[in-house]
Amino acid sequence: MARPLSQCIIKLHEEHHNLEDYQGGVPRWCNGCGDNAILAAVQRLCRDENLAPERTVFVSGIGCSSRFPHYMKTYGFHGIHGRAFPIAQGVKMARPDLNVFVNTGDGDCCSIGAAHWIHAIRYNMNMTVILHDNHVYGLTKKQASPTSPVGLRSNTTPRGSVLEALNPLTVTLGVQNVSFVAQAVDWIPELMYDIVSKAFHHRGFSFIRIIQRCPEFLPKMFEPWLHDPGKTLLLTHANGLQPSPELARTYKNQREHDPLDIHRAREIASTEDPIPVGVLYHNPEVPCYEDLRGAGGPRTVDAIRKGLEAEFDKFTFWPEAEGQDRAA
Amino acid sequence: MSETEQLERSTRARSAPAAKPKPAVVLPEHIVEVISDSGEGAQRCGQSLAAIAARSGNGIWTVEIIPAEIQPPARSVAGASGIRIRIGAKQVTNGGDETDLAVAFNEQVLLGRVRAGELKPGATILLENAWREHRDAAIVKSFEDTVEALKKGGYRVIEIPLERECRALMTDARRGKNMFVLGMLCSIYSFDLQIGREQVALTFGKKDRSIIDSNVKLLEAGFAWAEANLDFKYAIPARKSAVAQVVTNGNTAIALGVLASGMDICAMYPITPATSASHYLSDCFEKVGGMVHQAEDEIAACAFAIGASYAGRCAVTITSGPGFSLKQEGLGLAVMAEIPLVVVNVQRGGPSTGQPTKVEQGDLLTAVYGSHGDAPKVVMAVSGIEDCFYSMITARKIAETFNMVVVVLSDASLATAQAPFPRPVFSEDWLAPPLDQSPLPAGAKPYDWDAVTGIARRFVPGQPGGMHTVTGLAHDRASKVAYDPAINEEGLRARSLKLAALQKTLKAPPVFGDPEGDLLVVGWGSTKGVIEEAVERLRAEGRKVSSLNLRFIQPMPSGIGEILRRFRKVMAVEGGWGDRLEDELIDENNRRYTALAMMLRSRFLVDVDCWSEARGQPIKPGNVVKALRAKLDEGR
Repeated sequence: MARPLSQCIIKLHEEHHNLEDYQGGVPRWCNGCGDNAILAAVQRLCRDENLAPERTVFVSGIGCSSRFPHYMKTYGFHGIHGRAFPIAQGVKMARPDLNVFVNTGDGDCCSIGAAHWIHAIRYNMNMTVILHDNHVYGLTKKQASPTSPVGLRSNTTPRGSVLEALNPLTVTLGVQNVSFVAQAVDWIPELMYDIVSKAFHHRGFSFIRIIQRCPEFLPKMFEPWLHDPGKTLLLTHANGLQPSPELARTYKNQREHDPLDIHRAREIASTEDPIPVGVLYHNPEVPCYEDLRGAGGPRTVDAIRKGLEAEFDKFTFWPEAEGQDRAA
Repeated sequence: MSETEQLERSTRARSAPAAKPKPAVVLPEHIVEVISDSGEGAQRCGQSLAAIAARSGNGIWTVEIIPAEIQPPARSVAGASGIRIRIGAKQVTNGGDETDLAVAFNEQVLLGRVRAGELKPGATILLENAWREHRDAAIVKSFEDTVEALKKGGYRVIEIPLERECRALMTDARRGKNMFVLGMLCSIYSFDLQIGREQVALTFGKKDRSIIDSNVKLLEAGFAWAEANLDFKYAIPARKSAVAQVVTNGNTAIALGVLASGMDICAMYPITPATSASHYLSDCFEKVGGMVHQAEDEIAACAFAIGASYAGRCAVTITSGPGFSLKQEGLGLAVMAEIPLVVVNVQRGGPSTGQPTKVEQGDLLTAVYGSHGDAPKVVMAVSGIEDCFYSMITARKIAETFNMVVVVLSDASLATAQAPFPRPVFSEDWLAPPLDQSPLPAGAKPYDWDAVTGIARRFVPGQPGGMHTVTGLAHDRASKVAYDPAINEEGLRARSLKLAALQKTLKAPPVFGDPEGDLLVVGWGSTKGVIEEAVERLRAEGRKVSSLNLRFIQPMPSGIGEILRRFRKVMAVEGGWGDRLEDELIDENNRRYTALAMMLRSRFLVDVDCWSEARGQPIKPGNVVKALRAKLDEGR
């Protein structure tokens, strides 16, 4: 795979990509679905970072948002419900050279895949993870999800859901080895792009929860937030978000937050109203599992042969003199 | 005179240094077992004995006796921990029948084995007699009563002063008894003490020299004690192999096979009895650039392996029954997305948690038909220790040639059984070809199924021009989600055809015995040795019996139907449950046949009967002989 440097430079020049280079099939999501905004932000990121489409893999589970890879013109793995994380980990472990993204929904990540989510944070493998959180199951037609607010009437909770909503930010921030946690909302695409970009540039498990609207099943869920910019809290910092002056004029509710401060991050994460938007936590020093585990011996025919012979030696009885009867 | 005094006298009398040389009784084979409380080292003793026998040129097969708990209560009937070693003049392929000679560290663990019918009538028992002098009167009584009862039961009980002899050599006698017993057994079976010394050095190779020395002393003391005090000696003729032999258990052989197959990643979750394969792999895999990933659960292990294989590094996931159940959805994904994957299922007793440390062949139908929908997979079964090694190489090759899931079925008996096989000679062909990252031609499709074989070229991330999204949804040749009825059938057809394409390359296994006769016994996996031994015994009586061991169960090679039809009767012999006709309610309308019998009946329309045992133990050849004899005599 190694190429001479001159060739690399030529390659760099040649391999410039446009947005169309990342646009796969026409999205089949509903009009007004937050997934569309996320797709636009991610395709923009790929173009801006000039990611080689063949070296980029989007891995997802099952659900509306997990259709995401089909709409990218990169490699993609639309897996099974809840298992996007371990599939993505296998990809990354096998091929640290690939850019790995994970798209997962609130049911996929926080319910059926919750065990994998917790451990994915611990492994801290270098991948950009987008939790598409619309607070409801869409593909199976409106059932309460773990992030549904208490009292939500759905097909499985006709008299209102009874459990408090799970908070994906506090959960993530509570797990050892957490290295990057951010939150975005689909109604401020500019910030969403900035946050996705920050996440991509973090080396480790970059977890972004994107609060998004489901126009089909929860059309009014976020109306109060759309109407009142004061209900959105922008987290600003030199190492975090720096909103444009235009945005800053609209979203006046701002707070400076140092993404290295995990205690403060946990406190902010607990707030549901106003919704915090920005980088809650970012620690570039947490080691990645693929680096900790990938430092084995060289993978060459000769190394395998030698390794195998050394193992055989442990169990081998060599013939001594020619076969001879001992007894009888 | 008290019994203790009598014993002391007799022991003292027998300790006389001038022991007469004893003529050794020559035997074709013998089964010896060493049993103790957990943690007293009986298994290490037995494994060392097996190694000494193998080095001396005998055939061996070991069967571990494992209690369900890590530290069961001391001196308990259910707590027997140890090992059985079958030593033969010829190659040994299974654990054989009951034990001829047992060494027990206390009478309770011995009782467990006697009650389970594991000792031959009249078997020799060497029993630690320190219990006679125990300060707890109840223990003394239990010991005395047991010895009495065993003698009445016809066993030849010889009390041995293990504790007393070992205490003379080390402060904690409990830790030294096993090597003393090893020395005794070397004397009993006329093994060269020097080979014993070398083996002890190997067994304790990683330890301090002083530890090796003290254990060698114990070995020598045990040998000398037996020479001086026992009035019998055996010799099992041996022939040293002309080629190098490796002695491992099945799980180690699987791990070595993974190493040799060129697979890069093993993803697993701890489960008995599969885990020791991953233990061993964890130790040696990374030195050659491989990696063992202990996932958070079985599902994640499967998904991790699928992800790694998808990205171009063939992966294996190693598990046992409950884990195999958990992986089923993942296996369906790998089938649908056509991602090569090797899955090892070291079967144990089931269903549910079942018998984790015990033997059963209960997962065949799950392996063949598991996962929902039509999910064709390759299913292979390993028939012995050597086969554990080579099957991993074959499995990786098939997985990557056909982009299929290959399930390799082993079981708890092979997992821990040790037997020698010729040291494999490394071949570069075993390894996977280098990762293909060459650009794909314009218009190349990731599922361009060949019209005849159903095989499509695999696209690996990193390959320019190959970008597509694999999916568990029904998809067309371009991997686009498709609900079109014709496209759905096209995909199903292609995935199914791949099995036929593989099947065309397979040869029917050889028939053991004559190619025709009165009865054909068909088995799969670890029962090969047992069935062949039973067949051999009956053939020696002049019965017209032959047997067949299936290595490939899905797909089954051509020619098997013809073999079945050359015999008057056919019977499957398996280690799992099958309904028995002697039960009042069971008849031909409701009988649930054993798994292989069911598969053979449906494929070949041959009236295949079945006999099975699910007692958690390796099947004994003697039991198979009885079953076959009954089948032969049926309707006479």
